[in-house]
Amino acid sequence: MAKYLLLKHYRGAPAAVNDVPMDQWTPEEISAHMKFMDDFAARLEETGEFVDGQAVAPEGTFVRYDGEGRPPVTDGPFAETKDLIAGWMVIDVDSYERAVELAGELSAAPGAGGKPIHEWLELRPFLTMPPAITE
Amino acid sequence: MDEVLLRSLTPSVLTVLVRRGADFAAAEDAVQDALVEAIRAWPADPPRDPKGWLITVAWRRFLDATRAEAARRRREDIADEEPPPGPVPAVDDTLQLYFLCAHPSLTPSSAVALTLRAVGGLTTRQIAQAYLVPEATMAQRISRAKRTVSDVRFDQLGDVATVLRVLYLVFNEGYSGDVDLAVEAIRLTRQLAGAIDHPEVAGLLALMLLHHARRAARTAADGSLAPLADQDRSRWDTTSIAEGVEILQAALARDRLGEFQAQAAIAALHADAPTAGETDWVQIVEWYDELARLTDSPVVRLNRAVALGEADGPRAGLAALAALDDTLPRHTAVAAYLHERDGDLATAARLYTAAARKASNLAERDHLTRQAARLNSRR
Repeated sequence: MAKYLLLKHYRGAPAAVNDVPMDQWTPEEISAHMKFMDDFAARLEETGEFVDGQAVAPEGTFVRYDGEGRPPVTDGPFAETKDLIAGWMVIDVDSYERAVELAGELSAAPGAGGKPIHEWLELRPFLTMPPAITE
Repeated sequence: MDEVLLRSLTPSVLTVLVRRGADFAAAEDAVQDALVEAIRAWPADPPRDPKGWLITVAWRRFLDATRAEAARRRREDIADEEPPPGPVPAVDDTLQLYFLCAHPSLTPSSAVALTLRAVGGLTTRQIAQAYLVPEATMAQRISRAKRTVSDVRFDQLGDVATVLRVLYLVFNEGYSGDVDLAVEAIRLTRQLAGAIDHPEVAGLLALMLLHHARRAARTAADGSLAPLADQDRSRWDTTSIAEGVEILQAALARDRLGEFQAQAAIAALHADAPTAGETDWVQIVEWYDELARLTDSPVVRLNRAVALGEADGPRAGLAALAALDDTLPRHTAVAAYLHERDGDLATAARLYTAAARKASNLAERDHLTRQAARLNSRR
């Protein structure tokens, strides 16, 4: 089993095919989207492949140590990158192929007009500890 | 084995040990040992006085542990001077534990964790689940809190306002996992109300009961947020409402108003209305005026603007809102709502979208996005 991080982006990823801001959808379309996401997570819980999922706020702060006795520096030259990540889901799957398959399914969440958004999701494997036994 | 009975006895047994001079961590270890012993021994040989039994066993365990360490000789001397275990008034004990757990030297999150552990008798795992943190994290938080209060002796009671703040935090945390923190907060506040005669304790209990009564109606079947006006009032728990109102009236009759009583009065006025349209907004505005006088909180002024918008029309609400700092949480959402009521749908939709971006929880964000979508799809 290997863990993968699925990242949803606010901005920065290539534009989705069905790229309409959520506040332009109908309330029913929003409900259908939420239900799809919930059902997806619930199904992965059933298969034992779900680890964690969270949404994060668009506001964030970059922080850096600025030397002894000085307060940490907040924000920097990267003001745009912090608001990229809208949320994540961690899955624990048997193979890279399975991870890609699930990410593809999640990207098909319905959006405006009830059609799939085709949004780009970022898929990143977690690094692990070296194995105790090497065959 | 009656787990509820054990859980309800734990705090007072713990307090007896601490008052006899045991330090908090050692007392807790001893009580845990006694509980394990109880689970083993009681089914075959149930005690006539479960609490007395637990105190005796826990105290013996504590002394055994203490004797094993020369460094704890001093506490043993204190113990020798104490009278032997006997009947103890439960009320006094638990009360002291509340004050210890809400000690001003603790951070709010530590105070909450320690209260749930020591007064509530919850396990570290249950508390960790409720707060969605790993058990090891919560164990550290609790043991650090125990170290912080380990030198505190029970010679005087602290400020009841601090205890109420902690219980209020527990209640507001809602629930997850197998422990419902709102129910737990009500249980603990009820216990406190039985131990201390204070109108604000009654006020907080009434407030919790009145809010809790509406909980089932707060979310729709799909998990989305149902605002007060849209709630199915037949799903409100009328027993809780009746109890809350009765407790509140008795508290108000004592004429020592505090912020929890005032908040409960507002909740009672909402609970009292058969439909959202029949809500007595004029009286609610008056209670918000009282609250503003008591707390001078900007959040109260924001809520008052909403109430004023209902009582005197959206323009009056917007005027009150204009006087407030627009970085206040929910300021944008309130502005959106008032603009919508005033008929300016374009501004309202724009503000709902902006408010959704600022929302601090998912249910609220989704709700505000839906509001924006509803107006945008209508235009």
